[in-house]
Amino acid sequence: MTAMILKGKTCDWELICGLEIHCQIISKSKIFSGASTHYGSDVNENVSFVDAGMPGMLPTLNEECVRQAIKTGIGLNAKVNKHSVFSRKNYFYADLPQGYQITQFEYPLIGEGFVKINLEDGSNKSIGIERIHIEQDTGKSIHDISPTKTFLDFNRAGVGLMEIVTKPDFRSSEEVGAFLRKLRTIVRYLGTCDGNMDEGSMRCDASVSVRPVGSSELRPRAEIKNVNSVKFVMQAIEFEAKRQVDIYENGGEIEQQTRLFDQTIGETRFMRSKEFAHDYRYFPDPDLLPLDLEDEFIEKIKNEMVELPDVKQERFVEEMGLTPYDASVLTEDRETAEWFEKAARGHDAKKVANWMMGDFFALLNEKKISLAESPITPDNLGKLVELVTSNVINGKTAKDVFAIMAETGDNPEKIVEERGLKQVTDTGAIEKIIDEIIGSNPDNVTAYKGGKVNLMGWFVGQVMKASQGKANPAMVNKLLKDKLG
Amino acid sequence: MSIDAETVKKVAFLSRLKIEDDKIETTKDEFNKIIKWVEQLNEANTDGVVPLVSVNDCQLQMRKDEVTDGNKAEQVLANAPMKEYGYFGVPKVVE
Amino acid sequence: MTDLTKLTIAEAKKCLKNKDFTASELVSAYAQKMNEGRKYNAYVCETVEKALEQAKISQSKIEKGEGGNLEGIPLGIKDLFCTKGIATTACSDFLKGFVPPYESTVTSKLLSAGASFLGKLNLDEFAMGGSNETSAFGPVVNPYSKDIPLVAGGSSGGSAAAVAAEMCAGATGTDTGGSIRQPSAYCGITGIKPTYGRCSRYGIIAFASSLDQAGPIAKDVRDCAIMLNSMAGYDAKDSTSAKIDVPDFEKFLGEDIRGMKIGIPKEYRVDGLDKEIVAYWDKAAEILKSRGAEIVEVSLPHTKYALATYYIIAPAEASANLARYDGLRFGNRVEGSTLDEMYINSRTAGFGKEVKRRIMVGTYVLSAGYYDAYYVKAQKVRRLIRDDFINAFESCDVILTPTSPVAAFPIGDKSMQENPITMWLNDVFTVSVSLAGLPAMSLPIGLNTSGLPLGMQIIGKAFDERSVFKAAYALEKDVMFKGAK
Repeated sequence: MTAMILKGKTCDWELICGLEIHCQIISKSKIFSGASTHYGSDVNENVSFVDAGMPGMLPTLNEECVRQAIKTGIGLNAKVNKHSVFSRKNYFYADLPQGYQITQFEYPLIGEGFVKINLEDGSNKSIGIERIHIEQDTGKSIHDISPTKTFLDFNRAGVGLMEIVTKPDFRSSEEVGAFLRKLRTIVRYLGTCDGNMDEGSMRCDASVSVRPVGSSELRPRAEIKNVNSVKFVMQAIEFEAKRQVDIYENGGEIEQQTRLFDQTIGETRFMRSKEFAHDYRYFPDPDLLPLDLEDEFIEKIKNEMVELPDVKQERFVEEMGLTPYDASVLTEDRETAEWFEKAARGHDAKKVANWMMGDFFALLNEKKISLAESPITPDNLGKLVELVTSNVINGKTAKDVFAIMAETGDNPEKIVEERGLKQVTDTGAIEKIIDEIIGSNPDNVTAYKGGKVNLMGWFVGQVMKASQGKANPAMVNKLLKDKLG
Repeated sequence: MSIDAETVKKVAFLSRLKIEDDKIETTKDEFNKIIKWVEQLNEANTDGVVPLVSVNDCQLQMRKDEVTDGNKAEQVLANAPMKEYGYFGVPKVVE
Repeated sequence: MTDLTKLTIAEAKKCLKNKDFTASELVSAYAQKMNEGRKYNAYVCETVEKALEQAKISQSKIEKGEGGNLEGIPLGIKDLFCTKGIATTACSDFLKGFVPPYESTVTSKLLSAGASFLGKLNLDEFAMGGSNETSAFGPVVNPYSKDIPLVAGGSSGGSAAAVAAEMCAGATGTDTGGSIRQPSAYCGITGIKPTYGRCSRYGIIAFASSLDQAGPIAKDVRDCAIMLNSMAGYDAKDSTSAKIDVPDFEKFLGEDIRGMKIGIPKEYRVDGLDKEIVAYWDKAAEILKSRGAEIVEVSLPHTKYALATYYIIAPAEASANLARYDGLRFGNRVEGSTLDEMYINSRTAGFGKEVKRRIMVGTYVLSAGYYDAYYVKAQKVRRLIRDDFINAFESCDVILTPTSPVAAFPIGDKSMQENPITMWLNDVFTVSVSLAGLPAMSLPIGLNTSGLPLGMQIIGKAFDERSVFKAAYALEKDVMFKGAK
């Protein structure tokens, strides 16, 4: 159980929370116009007359946005609705050029699904997905250029969004955090959304209420808008739950309302009450016919799906023998998992995993570079592991070779060859060194034979040193034991 | 259903239209006349009838994901009543 | 030389080809009529200079034996079509001064066919009205007016008057509930609203998207066919435009109508229907019968609900379509200290009374608590109305009705000014066709005892303009309508 229990004077309280996540769809052009979705262009440069809501302009649906949402739906184990309808959500706002947002209301593209989350105590939980619908993003208001005016940039207006609505299944902020991270992993795997909360490509609203533990009532909820990091969402929920408990404990009531999270003080503040709730007057958009998808269209997307993180993780454990922990780390993002699979192909997967999670990640960290910028290719890391498992070099040498690879990006086979680092496995050659060491250290030999068995390590060290680290440590051990009796 | 002055005001605000106070009553009366008139539809038996959203029996066509538009900020802004630095301008919005 | 403006488009095409006169001479002849006809207030913007430039280009093409279907033909354009670089206002104060940087698909097709544009034609504000009296430029005067000025009908009043007064060879119109057919009838000329989806709505200022449809208004049936040939066609920019081949409509003229079944809907013989209109209706049926068609009675039982249905659906869609007129990106702005104040001031000053009335009715029927009772109910009845037609067409090929229950009435008629519903009732014969999305043509049948023209409406099955043209052409031949302006 990971439920968050809030102790009160009168009783214990539990949190009830659901999320609405807006994910910007990755596509070249906008959902209803041919303008670019590129982020960071000049002001109003990616705006068509359609996006600007000019008179007589009409929306046309981008197939890719539909495909991306379906992929996401499948990734969230959700039902794809063959029939869906675009509706107009009517409200006036400066960043909304048409005076309505084209969205889906009664008939969303994606229906119910679920996401499995892993929690810190090792348990799992399934979070229900209510629906996913597709819609257009709004423009951006800029308030800090002029003291008397607000400026509008419509580059973002009309970029495709997927709104993912969860069931109110969350009972702790930890679960919310785990879900958001999992969702981010999934959409990034699928390439359907960047998942960058700080850049706004993934935005989260949380609806929060509390109730006495054991009760099944649903109390009025507060909707917290647009919080821009996983950490802040968790903070906002924790703050809001405590705030509500305090009010109830002091005999107050909560009114359904919308609140904003102030990240500088870590608190939510009142924005508007339900009485001022908009009357959105949804109705089917007469400019767009209902969307009726052919089975073929959906099947094709199913066939093109990449392996999802949960499936991949399971396969890494089952087929490659990784520990569940290693598998979860290596499948956290698709690039890492794919890099790993490439490196492990034909080699000892467990050893490759150890190298990756140890020296390799340390290297990336130290150099502050991404996987793609790594001087070591997956092939070369695989080869390095192979050199060790096939006894061409020993572990100690491998570390040295790794360091050289990190500098030069060279093939480890070439490094070993050129620098003569192959380990010595010739019994005669090792015996010769051992004989020399034994001969020149009679005191230690006596001591060892007299019972100081931990001197064995010292002998091994001497032999390795004398072989310039190239002797096979296992053979050194065995031969030393034989000779020293 | 009969419409009161409050509803008229609410609908006017939702429509972002102003009705002068001395016009509310006449607007209300006219509104009630119209709504009463359209309520003749209640006589029509529509049990089991599926609402007709579009007379068009065609399938919604989808567009290929290609950038074919944009890069015309000047034209987009050409009719703007207020523009500065390439932005559209409005009175300060307080959130 | 004869008055060139008396020629039909078909005749003018022939003469231009024969080099009887030049395209420029034709434009000049119409310009002359435009000067003489200012009293009709049909044009809200004249672009004769531009038309002369276009005529020059056309002439050189004609001389080379090249040119399109409308090469050198001067047309008038309803001011609801966006025309690139030419002010487009929808005859609303809100859009005075608006110059679209884009061209509507229909006008752009007409331009590519070689037509020249003499100017923009008056209409009811945003096409909302049945008498052209809601125009911000004042009412159009019917060329048939004698002592007191009569309405030209609406909303395409300017188009109908301009054609009737020979101030253009043909004009574009749009029809949402009768806006092509009714003014055509009042002005003694011919107009067709094609099947919904035939002509692209791209670049036409939207009134009610599920009903709006462009069509030609011209001197006779053949001219309508010629114009429609160049206006119709699938357009990827309009998601509701039909992906269906456009036949050569002109080819159908003169086809034998023997055996054709003409439906007479019994419900259209409403109580108190003008006796003269009934007499002409019977006469029209007689003519078709004498040419070998069969007259059958059909039933359209839900006709009586058509007006109420229309006056829920059209205002609902309009309330959203007109939300983009907020004073932010184009059009009228009246400043305010807050964003909402600016919206309210701009819209209150920019929109006329009828437009405001419909926006508010539309907002109300979509608002929370009323949506199902009004909007959804209307959508259901709309289906019943459409199904009525489908059933009726089981036993006939076209349906014959009067276009309007009245002839043109005086501008400023008190009963209509005082009660908007009285005005709306004039649409009784045209709205059900619009709700069903069917093609329908109005053509003159004769003059009433006051010397005012009356129109007959021929309704066809969806995308069967062919039968409409066939029947209308046959009727026109025997009616031999000669205006008596």
